[in-house]
Amino acid sequence: MPVPVLSVRDLSVEIPSRYGVMRPVDRVSFDIAAGEILGVVGESGAGKSMTGNAVIGLLARPAHISGGEVWLMGQRIDTLATETKRRIRGRRIGMVFQDPLTSLNPLLTVGQQLTETILEHLAVSKKEARQRSIQLLQEVGIPAAAERIDSYPHEFSGGMRQRVVIALALSAEPSLVIADEPTTALDVSVQAQIIGLLKRLCRERGVAVMLVTHDMGVIAEAADRVAVMYAGRLAEIGSVRDVILTPAHHYARGLMASTPLASLGMRRLRQIPGSMPRLGRLPQGCAFNPRCEQATQRCRVDPTPTLSDDPNGRAACWYPLKGTI
Amino acid sequence: MIVFFIRRLGQSLLVLLIVGLVAFSMFRFVGDPINNMLGQERTQADVDRMRVELGLDRAILTQYGIFLKKAVQGDFGVSYRQGRPVIEVLAERAPATLELALVSGALALFFGIVFGMYTAIKRDSFIAKSIMTASLIGVSLPTFLIGIALINIFAVKLELLPSFGRGETVKIGGWTTGFLTRSGLIALILPSITLGLYQMTLIMRLVRAEMLEVLRQDYIRFAWARGLKERSINFNHALRNTLVPVITVTGLQLGSIIAFAIITETVFQWPGMGLLFVNAIQFVDIPVMAAYLMLISLVFVTINLLVDMLYFAVDPRLRVSGGKG
Amino acid sequence: MISRISSFWASDIGWSFRGSPVAILSAIMVVVLLMAALFAPWITPQNPFDPSELNLANGFSPPLQENPFTNDFFVFGADNQGRDVFSTILYGLRISLMVGVLAVAFGLVLGVSLGLIAGYVGGRVDSIIMRTADIQLTFPAILIAMLIFGIAKGVAPIEYRDQVAIWVLIVAIGLSDWVPFARVVRGAAMVQKNKDFVLAAKLAGQGPMTIMFRHILPNAMSPILVIATISLALAIIAEATLSFLGVGAPPTKPSLGTLIRVGQEFALSGEWWILFFPALTLLMLALSVNSLGDWLRDALNPSLKS
Repeated sequence: MPVPVLSVRDLSVEIPSRYGVMRPVDRVSFDIAAGEILGVVGESGAGKSMTGNAVIGLLARPAHISGGEVWLMGQRIDTLATETKRRIRGRRIGMVFQDPLTSLNPLLTVGQQLTETILEHLAVSKKEARQRSIQLLQEVGIPAAAERIDSYPHEFSGGMRQRVVIALALSAEPSLVIADEPTTALDVSVQAQIIGLLKRLCRERGVAVMLVTHDMGVIAEAADRVAVMYAGRLAEIGSVRDVILTPAHHYARGLMASTPLASLGMRRLRQIPGSMPRLGRLPQGCAFNPRCEQATQRCRVDPTPTLSDDPNGRAACWYPLKGTI
Repeated sequence: MIVFFIRRLGQSLLVLLIVGLVAFSMFRFVGDPINNMLGQERTQADVDRMRVELGLDRAILTQYGIFLKKAVQGDFGVSYRQGRPVIEVLAERAPATLELALVSGALALFFGIVFGMYTAIKRDSFIAKSIMTASLIGVSLPTFLIGIALINIFAVKLELLPSFGRGETVKIGGWTTGFLTRSGLIALILPSITLGLYQMTLIMRLVRAEMLEVLRQDYIRFAWARGLKERSINFNHALRNTLVPVITVTGLQLGSIIAFAIITETVFQWPGMGLLFVNAIQFVDIPVMAAYLMLISLVFVTINLLVDMLYFAVDPRLRVSGGKG
Repeated sequence: MISRISSFWASDIGWSFRGSPVAILSAIMVVVLLMAALFAPWITPQNPFDPSELNLANGFSPPLQENPFTNDFFVFGADNQGRDVFSTILYGLRISLMVGVLAVAFGLVLGVSLGLIAGYVGGRVDSIIMRTADIQLTFPAILIAMLIFGIAKGVAPIEYRDQVAIWVLIVAIGLSDWVPFARVVRGAAMVQKNKDFVLAAKLAGQGPMTIMFRHILPNAMSPILVIATISLALAIIAEATLSFLGVGAPPTKPSLGTLIRVGQEFALSGEWWILFFPALTLLMLALSVNSLGDWLRDALNPSLKS
């Protein structure tokens, strides 16, 4: 089996606060192979974005990695020195943010921002960097790229700006792209285009993509595999088909049942009762137990179950589901 | 954009006309100009001749028109106290004030931006906090007390620096400069610190506040995610985005440096226009007061216009939309 | 009075006050200086402006040392004419505070009235008032105050110049700081004038004066208080600066600024106390009023922070 592009092992993130230490990411493990898109899904506050930021090394103080390992192409990266980490960002891990309106510097042309990134990471001349920038813009589908390269961000529409952001993330040919809610801020009609673009680039370039989103529709459309997060923990991981059609974790089932998906036919939507517990107020045992219809004494008392407690290795649950919803 | 400038130019001219009206009224109605110019020994014939010469026999509006026309040509009349043309007196004093304002403006701008950036980037460090506390006290101190303190420490106690005057100056054309002699440069130190300190504090606090705001923006996080160097992020991305508001305030501050020079020049007996103005007030030398007022207004209005133009140079978004009224 | 104080102590503002050592210290300082100024004639050992109480032999007595000729003792020393520096400071403080307080009162009345009119009447009146404010704000307040002072000096007959100087100073500083009051009151007036209770008052037949002062003004009280405190610090500094420049309080009625101006001449020749103690007093006054204003601004309305 080839070495995965990204391998995350038991990653934990902690934030010290005056109410005690919070753990927005708690012992999360997953792999992403080259050319594969892993969707990471969950409610806001479930720790998806925090996981992405931990991988690329952009946690804002006082949040920090408190345990676990992050491996990129067989190299451990979470323990590297600050300067070495910086060289990895952009060069080997690209990142796409949620809001294209705010992720570009309004005072620099897109060309300046592209060439700046390329020159930072690759040994090319200014002229070559500009040439590459134009190619990149063409590749992400910006018409008349050679002319638009000297435009400022405000001269592009929201969808076009997100294409520029993607071009920026890919500009130094990284092997992993972390896309943090890349379509959330866009119009519905543009969302599909951006998802299509991400998929195409991932296939063509063999890039591994970590697609963070709360939108199951995006996952169903784009991802190969999906990781479901709940209260900082990985609830379930598996192929998109399996997780959507036959979720094994009770939370994942609830999530699917509450998502309108055309591919699943017209079904009545159901809500999960209650809401996700706040960090620092996690119940004992499985974090989902207060909302789980089938929770038992074991779920409330025993330590949190992990993926290895499921014979199939899919769900962090003592009583994983079998069959369809 | 052109419309915007024409409107701004119109507003500036209106301000100048109003200031001109104030200056004219001072000249015409404060005291009796003929009394002031002829002194005690005069004949009725002298008075009548003077009336015609000054145009005091014409309609008020015509007089205002003549006053403005003369002012544009640089004719502000004759100083009551010195008996010489005001323009000559002002031209003689201008280099001292301008050189002082230039040096303290440059000091204020440089240290204001450096300290502002430092206290924003390292905002939790001890040094940054000390600078902030010192600046809080600095803002509430009267300028002249700072000047007096500096004189008593460095001139009286330590006998390191001169306590008054410009030192030796060199005459180049009609311009006397203190930049070319050692004593001239040494004489500049205390006055320019006194004059620049308050402005520096203001610029520093503004740069810090803006910088903290900008550092929170998505495009700064995105710049980090692209693996740019910290230096480049701080200067090329963050500082540049703080410049728009900083330019406004700084521009206006540089204008008030010339006005505040009145205080500094009096403390250090610096032979500039400010000292001239203070003396003019003490001796009710109306033509000098009026001319100084108009000159200062011209400087202010010009700086305001330049600030508006600088906006367009810094912020590309304004170039397209045409700016706001 | 006591119940007022205890209710202040228990309120939110009082809570914030108790939690801020800087505010407490500043308040104590302001009260002490205020009392010293008010009761100056009873506290000071001499009336420094009554020639019969002065002894030239006391000239230049250093602080805390007995004068060998007269056996007189001066805490802060004596000046060239044998005046007790401590006494001149308290009398100077009186003038500084009086000018500051009256100037702010003048600026407040002017600014609040113009702001109410601008906001309530609107239209052309509003734009004339606010445009004037804009133009005035382009120029530093100290320059405007100096100019007004200069003009007034030119208009006043020579023999009355010293007598009116203090009043001219008050008007000049007041005229230069009305704008912030006008802006905040205008804002409040524009917000409030369309509120239901104002419309109801109108329908009930109340006149514009009643509406402006009873319904609109109370809503702007806390920002007015904050601006007034900060303006007081600025006015005190402006007065001191003008007097220091020789275009303010005359030597016959010296304020702290005048004392510093005079003291500066002696400091160069070694008699530092004539300069130092007035300067220190001004420093403490300016700092404590300013910090009090800062604290008040943060305590009353955090969003006013600049």
